[in-house]
Amino acid sequence: MMKSLLPQSQLRRSAAAAAAARSSGGGAASGGADGAGSDGGAGGRVPAASTFWFLLHALCCLVSLFLGFRFSRLLFVLLFSTTALYSSTSSSSSSAVLRATTTTTTTTTTTTTTTNTITLSFAATANPPPSTSVNYSALDSAASGHTQSHVVVGRHGIRIRPWPHPDPVEVMRAHRIMERVQEEQRRWYGVKEPRQVLVVTPTYSRAFQALHLTGLLHSLRNVPYPLTWIVVEAGGTTNATASLLARSGLTIVHIPFPDRMPRDWADRHTTENRMRLHALRVIRERKMDGVIVFADDSNVHSMELFDEVQKVQWMGAVSVGILAHTGTADQPRLSEEDKQNMPLPVQGPACNSSGQLVGWHTFNSLPFAGKTATVVGEAAPVLPRGLEWAGFVLNSRMLWKEAEGKPDWVKDLDAVGENGEEIENPLTLLNDPSSVEPLGNCGRKVLLWWLRVEARADSKFPQGWVIQPPLEVVVPAKRTPWPETTAALSSELLDTKQDQEDRRLSRTNRSSQSRSTTKRKGDVQGQQN
Amino acid sequence: MPLALLRLRLRLRLLLLALALLLVASSGVASGQDTERIEGSAGDVLEDDPVGRLKVYVYELPTKYNKKMVAKDSRCLSHMFAAEIFMHRFLLSSAIRTVNPEEADWFYTPVYTTCDLTPWGHPLPFKSPRIMRSAIQFVSSHWPYWNRTEGADHFFVVPHDFGACFHYQEEKAIERGILPLLRRATLVQTFGQKDHVCLKEGSINIPPYAPPQKMKTHLVPPETPRSIFVYFRGLFYDTANDPEGGYYARGARASVWENFKNNPLFDISTDHPPTYYEDMQRSIFCLCPLGWAPWSPRLVEAVVFGCIPVIIADDIVLPFADAIPWDEIGVFVAEDDVPKLDTILTSIPMEVILRKQRLLANPSMKQAMLFPQPAQPGDAFHQILNGLARKLPHHNLNSGHKVLNWTQGPLGDLKPW
Repeated sequence: MMKSLLPQSQLRRSAAAAAAARSSGGGAASGGADGAGSDGGAGGRVPAASTFWFLLHALCCLVSLFLGFRFSRLLFVLLFSTTALYSSTSSSSSSAVLRATTTTTTTTTTTTTTTNTITLSFAATANPPPSTSVNYSALDSAASGHTQSHVVVGRHGIRIRPWPHPDPVEVMRAHRIMERVQEEQRRWYGVKEPRQVLVVTPTYSRAFQALHLTGLLHSLRNVPYPLTWIVVEAGGTTNATASLLARSGLTIVHIPFPDRMPRDWADRHTTENRMRLHALRVIRERKMDGVIVFADDSNVHSMELFDEVQKVQWMGAVSVGILAHTGTADQPRLSEEDKQNMPLPVQGPACNSSGQLVGWHTFNSLPFAGKTATVVGEAAPVLPRGLEWAGFVLNSRMLWKEAEGKPDWVKDLDAVGENGEEIENPLTLLNDPSSVEPLGNCGRKVLLWWLRVEARADSKFPQGWVIQPPLEVVVPAKRTPWPETTAALSSELLDTKQDQEDRRLSRTNRSSQSRSTTKRKGDVQGQQN
Repeated sequence: MPLALLRLRLRLRLLLLALALLLVASSGVASGQDTERIEGSAGDVLEDDPVGRLKVYVYELPTKYNKKMVAKDSRCLSHMFAAEIFMHRFLLSSAIRTVNPEEADWFYTPVYTTCDLTPWGHPLPFKSPRIMRSAIQFVSSHWPYWNRTEGADHFFVVPHDFGACFHYQEEKAIERGILPLLRRATLVQTFGQKDHVCLKEGSINIPPYAPPQKMKTHLVPPETPRSIFVYFRGLFYDTANDPEGGYYARGARASVWENFKNNPLFDISTDHPPTYYEDMQRSIFCLCPLGWAPWSPRLVEAVVFGCIPVIIADDIVLPFADAIPWDEIGVFVAEDDVPKLDTILTSIPMEVILRKQRLLANPSMKQAMLFPQPAQPGDAFHQILNGLARKLPHHNLNSGHKVLNWTQGPLGDLKPW
């Protein structure tokens, strides 16, 4: 509808052209009366008068040539301005006009002073032509007594306040409004009775523990539900772990586990399972109520996971994205066909078309056969085994000895794992694995990612991430007066590093030649990378 | 057990059951979401069923008035003026249609006056008066019902910019006025402005057509938090037709831009993002300023997506104004108050905002703004019929003397089509 006026531009141009033609013909725009009058007058007068009219005509032509439709509009307005005084709407329109005119003078739009004055008078008399015609048509129409509308057609000023910038008080009010609206939205559409989330994490003290626990800590801090973090630590509780957990501000249950974490991935897997079972027993003892999420410390969790697990009745399964590629050079070379046929690296429930659980997707580890890491710290991909615990969520009441409505397809916790048998995945807790609820749009949404990353065996990260003693200068910065020191690394390493920096510096130097050349020799420069 | 005691117990149980039902009914909570019933000045009429309250006779005009136009350009079915075509299709298969004109309360003339499109898809109104006049001549010469009442029990759908004034430019539209032959008929139009020539008394105001299927495919989950305070996408200056500014939208859109382009609370721009509908669902307020005409499909989109419409158009008449209490649902800002828009919006009390959202969440409100195919109960087609039913019984059908002047109007309109 706004664009429906495209032809109007042509109309306007033609109107302007017509106006120009008329003004050249008669010295007045669109009002033909004046032109007729002047023509009539010219016919019956003395030649001196005719030359006067001719000169006036020429003058008007020249002026309209430069000012265009504005000139003709001004003339029209001036000639018909008397009608404004007699218009019935002049009072209301003039007040509107006054406001309009004051703002046109303060507008920051670039209008010359001449046009400003023209708009001033034009706005004052914009009403009469439409209003007079409106009056006629109002009289014409059969309906009785159209009261004159105070909304006028025509050019209006663009109202701009003197300081068009946001007011901080109003911004705060707006934010409060948004918060309240969002709270209301949560009340309407969100979870009705949010349950507590019990997060079970097996961990042990090692170089990357701080990395993993910090990430998990921040994720858990953002969960909008009441949360209890149950951390089971292999090898007993340590101060390092305890200090990390204390800084989180969450409710922590720090449980020691007597055995140390083995260095073999397979054994480590088993120990983690036993640690999780231990945590489940603690939950049962303390009769903790809520939804149990198995969050391994190196995994990454999305916020939607915690919203989704609120829907679980007894036991649910979510889709887990498996990140097995470590980016090393020893990746399995897959043909194009293999890549096409390879199933998704996702572990999760598989549903039929009616949304019922029919099976499980697991990670296909065949392409990785023989190239996986066996020892922690080895530079090779680490793969999950079978079904990972991370993809399952439990209702803690399922573990209690007596709970209302506890289904009979749940085994008693005491009957599991006591005789040292291995617990591969939580399905062993059930008599009937088909009663697991698929969550996350029947497993279509991947809600968390499984990843195992540990420090390489030969890496030398500082103990407790505190650099003691302070670092010495190992590699001198280019173009400094500092003396060359004996490096801790081998000299070859030093040379290769310097070559790299040379190349990098030369690249930046090429781009910022003026900068580097103007620097004096005595200045201390940092590395420009 | 004694019989009397049993009877007493039964009565007590029935009483308890009744009380429980009453409580549940009065709480009015449906699927965890509080909505409020919408009552306009005509009462709680949004969910009325027009079947049985009126009968409409549909004239059979030659296809040059309707089908051939659509066949020539099928864009007519998806632009914002498509209501006239869909109304015809709905009436043809509706239960309120009658094939006996003697028992009809209303007569409908299916003439598509907004289907003559430019190559860019904009309707040209230059032939529309002639088309309408020709249709009325056909109707009056083939059936006696037009001449019987001079069209007082006939209704026409005229969804163009300024309704039956048949022009896109307001000054010219005002100059022309409503087509003289339609003086006695009821007009169903999208344009509405108080005390304007192109709005006749007794007209039924309808929303413009917005494609319901397209909007449904862009729905996001309702728990997505509304994090945009004010949202608007559209032109602020129409440089093609109004190079100086101040004409387009009476300067109101330009004023919005100049005052709030630096305000982070206002997400306004001329971009056309692919996430337009999704963004509206993430906003609390959606601006609906006037353009060249005061109405726009933005109002429909805002209502469907639950965004409180901020209407900046002086004296506008909104669709189904007697059935929908618009001042309780939308925010009305005078064009002169646009520089203070942020102050106005942030000082609305919280309960008022929440109430407006509750009213907007009412599904009957959203349904009343849409033209779904096939028609569903409570949609805009039914609201139009309800409006027509509320105008019954007819008054002043036979005024005695002839009012219509068949040669009135500009000469160009009198040419046959």
